[in-house]
Amino acid sequence: MSLRSPLGRVRGLGSAKEGVAHWWSQRMTAVALVPLTLWFVAGVISHVGAGYAEMVAWIGSPVTASLFILLIAATFYHAYLGLQTVIEDYFKGEATKIVTLTLIKGACFLLALIGILSVLTLLFEG
Amino acid sequence: MATTNRPLSPHLQVYRPQLTSVMSFTHRATGIALAAGTLLLIYWLAAAAGGPESFAQAQALIGSWIGRLLLFGWTFALFYHLCNGIRHLFWDGGYGLELPDVYRSGWMTLFGSAALTILAWLFGYFGGGL
Repeated sequence: MSLRSPLGRVRGLGSAKEGVAHWWSQRMTAVALVPLTLWFVAGVISHVGAGYAEMVAWIGSPVTASLFILLIAATFYHAYLGLQTVIEDYFKGEATKIVTLTLIKGACFLLALIGILSVLTLLFEG
Repeated sequence: MATTNRPLSPHLQVYRPQLTSVMSFTHRATGIALAAGTLLLIYWLAAAAGGPESFAQAQALIGSWIGRLLLFGWTFALFYHLCNGIRHLFWDGGYGLELPDVYRSGWMTLFGSAALTILAWLFGYFGGGL
């Protein structure tokens, strides 16, 4: 016997009012990051010792730039979701929690934006 | 019912560390370390976008012994989090949840991430590009 009301069951959003959205986003970004990370590591290794021009030519090509932008977006989304869980688990006090979460979210947005704009700069000006 | 204040598991001070608990903790720790490591990635990209001088500065910083040491640590953190993350995805699908399987995949993750870290650095030093 379920103790949930029919309406609660239909909406399926649970007590956090977001259902499995957080859990699912974390998994989807994880799946995306498996090939993106392997590509990134292989790319960096194959450019060890490369000069500035060679590096710019690599990052500034449309395919590499696209993969870099996807990597940055997925990385910071995944990082925020993970750090959010850690903060919610270990931080005491609602105010501290909210302030820290807001700062972390802002930092993630800012870093992602700097990264993406750098890649676009290399794409269009490199 | 006993009403004494017994420590609840997992109470880190008294609970015997096991492969499972240590690896779970390490997954979080590497995740936090990798989040900090994104600072270097973004600095490196911004330096490249800034021009040859700032890029040479970033490359010198990363190429210094402390830069290489940090990068080595981050390489292991990345491969560990990647391998253990795949282990988690299998669990999410309902596979490998029996205790012997959990230990087997745990050792596979540890050896796999160590091997990938060493391979990546061997390729970096001696591969001359893949």
